[in-house]
Amino acid sequence: MSDAATAAPPSPAATEAARQAAVRRRQRMALEKLQRKYIRDLVTPEGAVLHLKIATFMERVGAFLLDFIFQWGIVLLVAYAVGVMTSAMGWSGWEIGQAFLAVFVFVFRNFWFVFFEMGRKAATPGKRIVGLRVASRDGGALRADAVFARNFMREIEVGLPLTFLFGIGDDISGLIALFGFLWAGVFMFFPLFNKDKLRVGDLVAGTWVIHAPKDKLKADITSAVSGERMAEFAFTPAQLDAYGIHELHVLEDVLRSATVEVRKEVADRIRTKIAWQRQPNEEDRIFLEAYYAGLRRRLEQRMLFGEKKVDKFDTR
Amino acid sequence: MTDLLKSYRFREEREGDWQALEALLKRAENSGVRALSDDDIMTLPRLYRQAISSLSVARSISLDQNVIVYLEGLCSRAYFFVYGTRSTFGERLALFFRRDWPAAVRSAGLSTLLSFACMFGAAALAFTLCMIDMDWFWAFNDNIMGARNPNATTEYLESTLYTEGSEPGEMLGSFAAQLFSHNSQIALFAFALGFAFGLPTALLLMYNGVILGAFVALFTDRGLGYELLGWLLIHGVTELFAIVLAGAAGFVIGGAVAFPGKLSRMASAREAGRRAALIAAGCVVMLFLAGLLEGFGRQMINSDLIRYSIAGGTGLLWLSYFYIPRQPRLDPALEARA
Repeated sequence: MSDAATAAPPSPAATEAARQAAVRRRQRMALEKLQRKYIRDLVTPEGAVLHLKIATFMERVGAFLLDFIFQWGIVLLVAYAVGVMTSAMGWSGWEIGQAFLAVFVFVFRNFWFVFFEMGRKAATPGKRIVGLRVASRDGGALRADAVFARNFMREIEVGLPLTFLFGIGDDISGLIALFGFLWAGVFMFFPLFNKDKLRVGDLVAGTWVIHAPKDKLKADITSAVSGERMAEFAFTPAQLDAYGIHELHVLEDVLRSATVEVRKEVADRIRTKIAWQRQPNEEDRIFLEAYYAGLRRRLEQRMLFGEKKVDKFDTR
Repeated sequence: MTDLLKSYRFREEREGDWQALEALLKRAENSGVRALSDDDIMTLPRLYRQAISSLSVARSISLDQNVIVYLEGLCSRAYFFVYGTRSTFGERLALFFRRDWPAAVRSAGLSTLLSFACMFGAAALAFTLCMIDMDWFWAFNDNIMGARNPNATTEYLESTLYTEGSEPGEMLGSFAAQLFSHNSQIALFAFALGFAFGLPTALLLMYNGVILGAFVALFTDRGLGYELLGWLLIHGVTELFAIVLAGAAGFVIGGAVAFPGKLSRMASAREAGRRAALIAAGCVVMLFLAGLLEGFGRQMINSDLIRYSIAGGTGLLWLSYFYIPRQPRLDPALEARA
């Protein structure tokens, strides 16, 4: 950039492009900073650091709603089945049916979460779908008492506010209910007000809810690039220094998942940027794979020497 | 060969082990530790440590995003498995009854006394006021006693205490089941409310105590005190004890949040919360037993003497289960796992 400034006054279009690129970079860095807020380091007894990702409030609400739907869906189904069965018997066993349902609803309401969270995946079906799990905040084993504690607390986080909510009205008792709801809302929205997104149950149980990613190991892109192919694409060091780690990762995403049109666009932009003479019948994907391999080799070498080129603006 | 990337060669040498670890974890997560053979159990920690060291190396030499994200996820999963709880549901249950529950109740002695004082203090107050002037009954009555109020005849009141022409009924069994779920919900509520410094828990206990006191006063006023207590205590010893303990669980949390002492407020809440949750979980068990006694025992046993002996017996049983100090002999392997 400094070269361009000294050589000749840049054209207005180039200045505008550079300005926009700088804006995009600032936005990206702000986003990364935001995402880092959700990362917690767990040091294993082996001394390695694992980066755990805290679940956001909305993810947890989503998981809870899913569980809620499952729970009450099953309860309604069972209630319907009991109704059909007793009506077939002329309602003679309805009292037993009612007794059974009362206990069933209680057990389902209170032990659905406990049962699944004490299980091997430490997650209810809702959490599993969203990709979350419960873990002990101190990194130790998740024990039964913690699971009990975090789930029994739901009484004041969900039960209490809802009870007040149904009582809100114009008269005095309605007003009391309104104040009660505001008070109980503090417990309901507790996760919004602390950095670990803990709800009251988590606080009391010493747990938190984290992401449980299940990423597949995909083939290494460089494995597709053979030796003679590399010779065909002999990039100069200057061409390989055009980009940094961020762009390498974007390129990886492009190669793994983008459409033909996106690949073409990206390939053309890289060719322009590094002034690459396009050879006849050169395929976009092959060019990108070769450039990816070259760029990664270059950046990994520099990283071994302690130079981490963060992105293309990082000129050292 | 020479022009392969270092990070690619690094990955190629180790990915077999990573995938072996992944397969083991998948099997363990889906069908339990029992699905793993002895060999698997032996190799798992080795594979885990290797994956952990691969992750550390990969972070410093590889720029392949997918490899790092994959290893990060794999290592977390393996970590939670290797350092997590591996006891089965049944083993945890056994541990709960043999050690954890009574220990938790024993550790909450002061809170239990406070909870007891809240409930029975309020009951005594309501009882005394009602005995002085039965009009107080209406102030405490919350309509949950139905027709059993000062306007009812003594004969009617007496008839509610015994099941005549007894059909040890489905009706009553179902009533007890509903009482169990209702009472248990209240018990869990009392536990959770403890978080607000225990004050709502105290109110809830007093509210229940006041109704109890007024109810006893009404029957005592008609000379039915002895009979009523038999009717009440056959299951009431267990039920009231459970409610007192649920209140105590609430006070344990409330006390820990309000007065953390030397610990940080978070650490204090965590320690107390886990202990109190065990007590609350136990209350559900007690209330289930109380529901059985209420639904079946009380309806089938109409003799005051037997009712009193069951009341006394259950009381003794609970007291000795909770408070006789002991060192449960546990399988050391089980203890290590849980």
